[in-house]
Amino acid sequence: MAVVFEKPKSLTDAPFHYCPGCPHGIIHRLVAEVMDELGIEGKAIGVAPVGCAVMAYDYFSCDMIEAPHGRAPAVATGIKRCRPDNVVFTYQGDGDLASIGMAETVHSAARNENITVIFVNNAIYGMTGGQMAPTSLPGQVTQTSPYGRDVNHCGWPIRVSEMLATLEGPEYVARVAVNNVKNVKNAKKAIKKAFENQIAGKGFSLVEVVSACPTNWGMTPKAALEWVESDMLPYYPIGVYKDRSAGEDK
Amino acid sequence: MAERILMKGNEAIAEAAIRAGCRHYFGYPITPQTEIAAYMAKKMPKIGGVFLQAESEIASINMVYGAAAAGMRVMTSSSSPGISLKAEGLSYIAGSDVPALVVNVQRGGPGLGGIQPSQSDYFQATKGGGHGDYRMIVLAPASVQEMASLTIKGFDLADKYRMTSMILADGTIGQMMEPITFEDAEITTYEKPWALTGTECKRKHNVVNSLYLKPDELERKNFERYEKYAEIEKNEAMWEDYMMDDAEICVVAFGIASRVAKNAVAMARAEGIKVGLIRPITLWPFPNAAFEAADKAKAFISVELSMGQMIEDVKLATKCQKPVYLCNRTGGMIPSPDEILASIRNAMKGE
Repeated sequence: MAVVFEKPKSLTDAPFHYCPGCPHGIIHRLVAEVMDELGIEGKAIGVAPVGCAVMAYDYFSCDMIEAPHGRAPAVATGIKRCRPDNVVFTYQGDGDLASIGMAETVHSAARNENITVIFVNNAIYGMTGGQMAPTSLPGQVTQTSPYGRDVNHCGWPIRVSEMLATLEGPEYVARVAVNNVKNVKNAKKAIKKAFENQIAGKGFSLVEVVSACPTNWGMTPKAALEWVESDMLPYYPIGVYKDRSAGEDK
Repeated sequence: MAERILMKGNEAIAEAAIRAGCRHYFGYPITPQTEIAAYMAKKMPKIGGVFLQAESEIASINMVYGAAAAGMRVMTSSSSPGISLKAEGLSYIAGSDVPALVVNVQRGGPGLGGIQPSQSDYFQATKGGGHGDYRMIVLAPASVQEMASLTIKGFDLADKYRMTSMILADGTIGQMMEPITFEDAEITTYEKPWALTGTECKRKHNVVNSLYLKPDELERKNFERYEKYAEIEKNEAMWEDYMMDDAEICVVAFGIASRVAKNAVAMARAEGIKVGLIRPITLWPFPNAAFEAADKAKAFISVELSMGQMIEDVKLATKCQKPVYLCNRTGGMIPSPDEILASIRNAMKGE
């Protein structure tokens, strides 16, 4: 019988610990499918964050390291500068990348560090149980903004992709989403490009994946995906924000 | 015979690191150690190495973490406030059992403190600094020559035991110039089957990690690590004895303080006082055996550029059975030989 669907080789057999309806599983799978398609599982080195994806080192079958909170781009820099022939990627959430690790993010982008960054933005701290993130929307109710995010009190959510696109450094910055089939397919294309850029030596490539957190948003998985469409994407529009080699022949 | 050259202490560290096979340096500017970064910036690109100025001490220690996990001889250097920022990374490096060399050319503290020499990071270096149960091998050079030799030794110990070696120097030794010799050091290469190299699809993936959510696993990991530390305590303690054979008063000092103390010991000897010096070269492991051998000593004097930090280890090493006096300056001040001599005379009188 013909095999029509199977687990990517770049994923281990370890069952995901993620909550029901959490898109981390989809995003892990997209990264793994891309690694399979590019044939880089054997030379990839992944950097796991602190956050819900902290145990990504159990799920990807390539060599893995777990970084301190927010420091994944610095750890990836250390690895890549030592082993330029390996393919080095980080997988980070919004608290990790856009709050505690913002300096590491901005400076690795400014250096055009030849790494791939997968940035999962679900507008909340998931692992610690649903606190306000640097990307939580105005008015969003979280454990630490119980009356809704008051921008006069704690400021505005940060649009990471738009901000990084203002830098000379980075090669590629794109925002995608995984709330429907079409967006998932496009997300995979962007992730693949972010890895291809590294292999071609083009430099820092970041894909911001707008995701959902049904558990901490207090929604069903379906309602959470609808909220991505109705509330998240208007503030965080899908698009390619920087692509230095756009228009070059494939 | 190897050439004798005049060098600054900080530069001696950098040159020794290169000779020890270090080809990756990640740092951030801070006085009084910046010559190390400057030397690396000049040399590394010419020998196929990597020098990278990070955006912060936090980023630089995490670059070290990544490079160490990738199996490289790697180092960073900083001074006291910068080491506080590196503490997070030091804890992760310890918890992940990867080797690294970290240099602290100390300045006065706490806070921004000052930029003059100090030894007030003794607790931070020997008792922790970062969170959790861990140790670092701490080496205390007292000359520019030792800045070089202990750097080479530090890399070897780091690789041998898969942990951080820290060079705990001070602003004086970092900044002063002395003639030194680079003997051709024998460099041992260690197998690193745990390193992140890419699996080549030929082996199970390597994972470098300090997270153990199951408490029994974390406990076992920590016990195992402490068995390694016990081996180091048994095998790696280093110290220098000076005029200790008949010493009734024992001065204890490391780094720049030990050089002033040596003068004071010679002055006291001229007065007929039977005094000697124990100079710990490893601060962790602390050279307890040196104190067991000092059985004729009636009293000890800990000479430090701090409010008295090593003195606690001297009391432990002597099992609190003999008086231990403190002779100290702090904040960037250094005691004169006369001040130490006065302490020696007082100790003779039991004061």
